[in-house]
Amino acid sequence: MTRMGRIGSNTGPGAAEYFQRDRTLHPPAYTPNYKTSVARSPRYALLSLQNSLSEVTGPTFGHSDLGPLDNDLILNYAHDGEPIGERIIVHGRVLDETGRGVPNTLVEFWQANAGGRYRHKKDTYLAPIDPNFGGCGRTLTDEDGYYYFRTVKPGAYPWRNWVNNWRPAHIHFSVFGAGFVQRLITQMYFEGDPLLPHCPIVKSIPDQDAIDQLIAPLDLNAAVPLDCLAYKFDIVLRGSRSTLFENRLEGN
Amino acid sequence: MPQPLNYLRETASQTAGPYVHIGLAPGAAGFDLFEKELGTDIAGPNAKGERITVEGTVIDGMGAPLKDVLIEVWQANAAGIYPHPADRRAGEVEEGFRGWGRVISNFETGLFSFETIKPGSVPGRPAAHPPRRSADEEAKDALGRGRQDQRPMAPHLNLWIVARGINIGLNTRMYFSDEEEANAKDPVLNLIEQVDRRPTLIAKRGERDGKVVYRFDIRLQGENETVFLDV
Ligand SMILES: [Fe+3]
Repeated sequence: MTRMGRIGSNTGPGAAEYFQRDRTLHPPAYTPNYKTSVARSPRYALLSLQNSLSEVTGPTFGHSDLGPLDNDLILNYAHDGEPIGERIIVHGRVLDETGRGVPNTLVEFWQANAGGRYRHKKDTYLAPIDPNFGGCGRTLTDEDGYYYFRTVKPGAYPWRNWVNNWRPAHIHFSVFGAGFVQRLITQMYFEGDPLLPHCPIVKSIPDQDAIDQLIAPLDLNAAVPLDCLAYKFDIVLRGSRSTLFENRLEGN
Repeated sequence: MPQPLNYLRETASQTAGPYVHIGLAPGAAGFDLFEKELGTDIAGPNAKGERITVEGTVIDGMGAPLKDVLIEVWQANAAGIYPHPADRRAGEVEEGFRGWGRVISNFETGLFSFETIKPGSVPGRPAAHPPRRSADEEAKDALGRGRQDQRPMAPHLNLWIVARGINIGLNTRMYFSDEEEANAKDPVLNLIEQVDRRPTLIAKRGERDGKVVYRFDIRLQGENETVFLDV
């Protein structure tokens, strides 16, 4: 058992303190070119906390939470046929900043259909609903942090921000990690999408390398010949302290 | 050039967007897809402690309630234990107590509401060094060097808020108005230098139809902006 970096005598073996979040790579709260953020962004500085048990713990999930088709968006809402669109596999690993895989963590994803329409009562875009496509799924990473799912490539869609804004094709991701401070929601984009440099939501991220990290490359080696293309998307969550000054952190 | 450190960089956050319900609460989006929607029962059937309802709204800088917000709740049980391996008492948690839930606001009114049990007090951080000073000195240091002390934390819910227009999930805590004594000693509330902002984290206890209801409004911006945390 590693006791490294534990945050106190009340804590068990999994209690490591997380690296501080590098807020310079994340979008700030206030990004006026993404208009909805204007009234929804706190104006005061965040209060920085050192991790306590409330931060380093978080919900855990198991295979009993999932259904057998949860990671197959081609089949999980198929009623009288399969959905229209370019068949793709999305796969990759959930890692932390030290490069370790994050095992058994819940990854959820949702997206528009191939025409760019969401199955949501608030989406009124004129592209049609696909009767065989739900648009959401979820899976658990394996012991190495690896995950995969099958879907159709989502279409671009227009949105009301400026009058002619279009979202590049994207898949929304939600990831948990081991502690609640690793919780992350993001979006995966596709290599080569000409809409990427025009999107105010993409450009809310101030750091070009951080944007590039959201763009999944085509991965022909993971494609299934004559069936399905593939894109690779690794997700990095915050790392945790592991070896430094263990005794001091223990307070003994 | 020094050696490279070779840390990876955290993946950047992006807004959950207006259709977050499809992915995380598809029932609310208007369709049943999963056999089991996650996060609908925070405490489970066997949890000990006081059953409570929490309700409120998330309010934007123009005073309007968010009708498309999603909140995640993470809490300890009534004995102050988290069901997670980092809590060495995790094995004592009641069967079925998950401590985690997902709550969405009403599409028409913006009101959110959830049921759970009131959590117990949770151990705080340990002293970073062996305590050399009196408790009095330690308390005075709460602002001086801003170190959170090892006193227990008052009962609280950890909240994480995402929505369209929120670029990175907002962390905050909800404390309880009937825990005045514990709140006064809470190491996190005491870190808030502007004393009159502390009440933005305290839910008001009330009763309705014989049930305990806490009211907790979250103000993203403007007068009485809620204190949000960089955890
Ligand atoms: Fe979207």
